[in-house]
Amino acid sequence: MTTSVRRSKHRPGDIGAVLLGIVLLIWTLAPLYNMVLVAVQEKEDVFSTNVWPPHPSAHAFTTVFTEGYWYLANYWRQMGNSFFIGIMVAVLTLAIGSGASFAITRMKIRLGWLLTNAALLTYVIPASFLAIPFYRIMKTYGLADNAWAVIAVEVTFATPYAIFIFSQYSASIPLELDEAARIDGASPGQIFFRIFLPLMAPALVAIGTYALLLAWNEYLYAFLLLSSDSTITVPVALGKFLNSDEAPWNYLMAAAIVYALPPLVIYYSFRRYMTAGLTMGGVKG
Amino acid sequence: MGTTAAVSLNRTTTVRPAASRWWAGGLNGSDKLWATAFVLPYIAVFLLFVVYPVGYGIYLGSDPASYTALFNDPIYAETVLNTLIFLAVGVNVKLFLALLLSGFFMRPQRWVKWLLLVFILPWAVPAIPTFISYRWMLNSQWGLINNILWNLFQMDGPPWLDQPQLAMASNIVAYIWKWLPFWTLIFLAGRMAVPKELYESADIDGATGIQRFVHVTFPIMSNLYVVCTLLSTIWTLGDYNSVHFVSGGGPALQTHVLATLGIRDAFELSDPRMGMAAVISALPLLIPLVIFLMRKLSKGEVQL
Repeated sequence: MTTSVRRSKHRPGDIGAVLLGIVLLIWTLAPLYNMVLVAVQEKEDVFSTNVWPPHPSAHAFTTVFTEGYWYLANYWRQMGNSFFIGIMVAVLTLAIGSGASFAITRMKIRLGWLLTNAALLTYVIPASFLAIPFYRIMKTYGLADNAWAVIAVEVTFATPYAIFIFSQYSASIPLELDEAARIDGASPGQIFFRIFLPLMAPALVAIGTYALLLAWNEYLYAFLLLSSDSTITVPVALGKFLNSDEAPWNYLMAAAIVYALPPLVIYYSFRRYMTAGLTMGGVKG
Repeated sequence: MGTTAAVSLNRTTTVRPAASRWWAGGLNGSDKLWATAFVLPYIAVFLLFVVYPVGYGIYLGSDPASYTALFNDPIYAETVLNTLIFLAVGVNVKLFLALLLSGFFMRPQRWVKWLLLVFILPWAVPAIPTFISYRWMLNSQWGLINNILWNLFQMDGPPWLDQPQLAMASNIVAYIWKWLPFWTLIFLAGRMAVPKELYESADIDGATGIQRFVHVTFPIMSNLYVVCTLLSTIWTLGDYNSVHFVSGGGPALQTHVLATLGIRDAFELSDPRMGMAAVISALPLLIPLVIFLMRKLSKGEVQL
């Protein structure tokens, strides 16, 4: 760390920058360190004044992997639920968002402005404000304790952002391409699948990742709309864990760490796509 | 995509008149069918899952009796105050720090680039595990913070989550921790869009660092900053997780915000009308913010 600083001439600001860097590092890592600290200790050691694990062990992690505690009995099933909901939300958001923005920006339908404003309005409604009516409505739709209820809600809140990004990205694709295809007798469907979607690939990756992470991280709706141990997602299970009388914190933190790993992998491998003007991903939490 | 990213409202999509349609002569019969097929799913989602819930929510919240009950609830006034503090302190401190830090991350050194990768971790990690971690870290008896205080100074740390002011402050700190990286990235992208020539000419004129910030960076970033403040305020108003998982509204229901109080009234007290009333009572604050934001965006000054 210090070598590169030394190379660039000793300016007084550099020492300040290094100090700030250290503060930022501690600030960022403290809660994450705390998760690991708790997860690698035995239950008795968690309730102590340790700031460093005296006998680190992977016991809590093996318990999570083998579902060896009654609270974790459905852990992998719940991981599966989280994956299923995340993938479905990503696929549907991409399908609905790309179709709508193709009609708005390429076919230039007359009511395009109305749809754009509808999407903008949805985008600025805080999601949690609709939780109470949604709970009732999903019962009316016969979707109580059903993963599709959560999928529907999350697609609703992810699609507006998808439409904005797609519309913006689509402006960079020349309309002449569509015209040429049109003269050659291509139908709108062919233009959509053969020209529009392939050229939109970077935006599709970005929005797919955004929708997947949005669904993976979502808590409130999954908590309200799902109830049985076999249908809930992992964050809901972690929340239930927390409310139990005698929470085994090491298991809870180990389960939480395992749950946090997939988004980390996805996030850091798609970072390139997420930051090029698409940094808004994952805001609505 | 000049600047960054919040709402990429592309103006051409909203104002292009029908005359400049690219399919000369308008859409013919089968084109219209295709267009309908492309937009129908979104229209269906909008009607079923936006219009209906909003309408139903307004209906649930239209009973005057539930407002009387709400306003007579001694917790309500405290909740409103907490919400305002949460918004005023949380959003502004977070965004101001993000603006300053985005300048720090503009530094060319390699270690700063590596630090940025670590710095964005709170945003990349799911919220629930980290807020649960905060809750345990702030435990007065066995939490990491008080353990450190004990090991270093042999002193008993304060009961972070058992004292209303400290619990509210803990919520705000956890919230800032979670969202600071995201807004720093937004401002970082905004700064990168500032033309280098402006800084060069400022340097030739002999501007100091602070002058550069006041006369070059801030005028260009100010619109972005205002839009981010509005957007962040709106989203923070609906933030359920930070408060629910860190303080849980406790001790003695004294650290609720409107978003968590609405859910509590509706589901723990089984009174959805009162819960909806709590949510709707935030609209006098929310609606002006939304109007102001929509105006800012439609002027096209900020292409987020």
